[in-house]
Amino acid sequence: MAVDIPAEVVQQEQVGPGLYRLSLYAPQITRSAVPGQFVYIRCTDNLDPLLRRPISIHGVNRERGELFLLYQVVGRGTALLAARRRGERLGVMGPLGRGFTLQAPGQRVVLVGGGIGVAPLVFLGQVLVQRNNQVCLLVGARSADQLPVGKEGYTAPFELAVATDDGSCGHHGPVTDLLEKILAGEGADMVYACGPRGMLHQTALLLARYDVPGEFSLEERMGCGVGACLSCVCKTAGKGGEPLQYRRVCVEGPVFPADQLVWD
Amino acid sequence: MTKPNLAVDVAGIRMKNPVTTASGTFGFGSEYAPFVDLNRLGAIVVKGTTLLPRQGNPLPRIVETPAGILNAIGLQNPGVNHFIEVALPYLRQFDLPVIVNIAGDTVEDYATLAARLDEVPGVAGLEVNISCPNVKKGGLAFGADPDSAAAVVRAVKGATRLPVVVKLSPNVTSIVRLAEAVVEAGADALSMINTLLGMAIDIRRRRPALANVMGGLSGPAIRPVAVRAVWQVYQALKVPIVGMGGIVTAEDALEFIMAGATAVAVGTANFINPRATTDIIEGIERFLVEEGVSDIQELIGAAHM
Repeated sequence: MAVDIPAEVVQQEQVGPGLYRLSLYAPQITRSAVPGQFVYIRCTDNLDPLLRRPISIHGVNRERGELFLLYQVVGRGTALLAARRRGERLGVMGPLGRGFTLQAPGQRVVLVGGGIGVAPLVFLGQVLVQRNNQVCLLVGARSADQLPVGKEGYTAPFELAVATDDGSCGHHGPVTDLLEKILAGEGADMVYACGPRGMLHQTALLLARYDVPGEFSLEERMGCGVGACLSCVCKTAGKGGEPLQYRRVCVEGPVFPADQLVWD
Repeated sequence: MTKPNLAVDVAGIRMKNPVTTASGTFGFGSEYAPFVDLNRLGAIVVKGTTLLPRQGNPLPRIVETPAGILNAIGLQNPGVNHFIEVALPYLRQFDLPVIVNIAGDTVEDYATLAARLDEVPGVAGLEVNISCPNVKKGGLAFGADPDSAAAVVRAVKGATRLPVVVKLSPNVTSIVRLAEAVVEAGADALSMINTLLGMAIDIRRRRPALANVMGGLSGPAIRPVAVRAVWQVYQALKVPIVGMGGIVTAEDALEFIMAGATAVAVGTANFINPRATTDIIEGIERFLVEEGVSDIQELIGAAHM
């Protein structure tokens, strides 16, 4: 059950240029949060900017009641969030949305994260490893210093491969090159992805070509975060020729089956 | 001092307190039920409902502006039958009047919707949306012209026995003239204001920020415009008014009540604080106690000389 609570900042850490890792004390949220869900945060107590910011859950420590968020400063809201310090309290609604469908133990899964889109995949990867899945995380970024995975991600017990646009770290080229190599080689039972729309579209094309199921976590501008305002919809088509429809990223998502998304 | 009386009556819709929700900002109620006890609301005004399901506008549909938001949802909704079969049975579990916001492309659409909802138990009233700025047909096309607005209201009144609240647009030269026309046509109450037509440009893309180009501005940024509209119409007409536009706190709500609103609707504030409605109810009650006011009625229009 989602709650709206004043959550105390435990730690705010800059992990790269414009990249922050925030830890909040929010036991009511960590208790039930699953990978792929998000929280809706008030970045300021003032009315400008007005709206909360949706941020995916990067990890939880249920024993300590801590919620981890990895986010990028992209505008005034996230800049204000980055200025919040230990001991301050933020209005946090969550956990919200539908998370990833977990695979049966023993299956091989590939996680594809573009930029800050890697944030929810680290939480997912940790849970999948606990369930004895074989997990490989592919991370794409513009350059080495933009790699968004914090220390926790690098020490996580799963395979990791990196691609950068400028070749400053790992493969020189898009992260989907790495995915294609895997799909054409050893293959995968399931692919989960989160990142820029172009990367997700390319990933969807690869999944269709190699006939591998996938789930994508989407980002969209939100109003309410709970399904009331219909601002954050995405265009979907059901299987079997169901008509196109707008579905709410905040409640029917943010995670959708890859083959239901419409790319235009 | 005993608890002050917060109950109000809007054209026969009896509310235990003067706070309701603004259409389109509270879904069909279930969305906010994890955060708010719906039984505490004075009433609920549900998402705009049309005869047939509607897809709404392309993305992006929302953009933030200073102390406000611009939206262009385009009345996406599952249609009146879905409302009656799914949303209304859920809402009937609660002790609160349900006001259905209706929208159409033609005068006949409005009459058909009114007739359809007239037979349905659990509907306390209709809010006629002739002021949505985000749809090409209907919407503001009716609400900007007193004659068209009156024609819609006459058709709705002829099709239902339910109280009819007409939602007015501020995007007109004279909101008082519009109010007079719809009251003469039979409106039992008015709700005001709907969003202000606005626009924002994404300067990096050199394009309008909304796919629909223009959208409806809401939030604290519009409150003074809304208070003015309520004030002017209260001055000119004897008709219950549901005031709305940027109400975030109890103090904001009291401004509207003192300008002449019998009840108030909370809209965009729900997005920032899911408990905004109940916080406002508690704040109004506290204010009445502090000021030694025993009945909210004493404050309706109190700012007029």
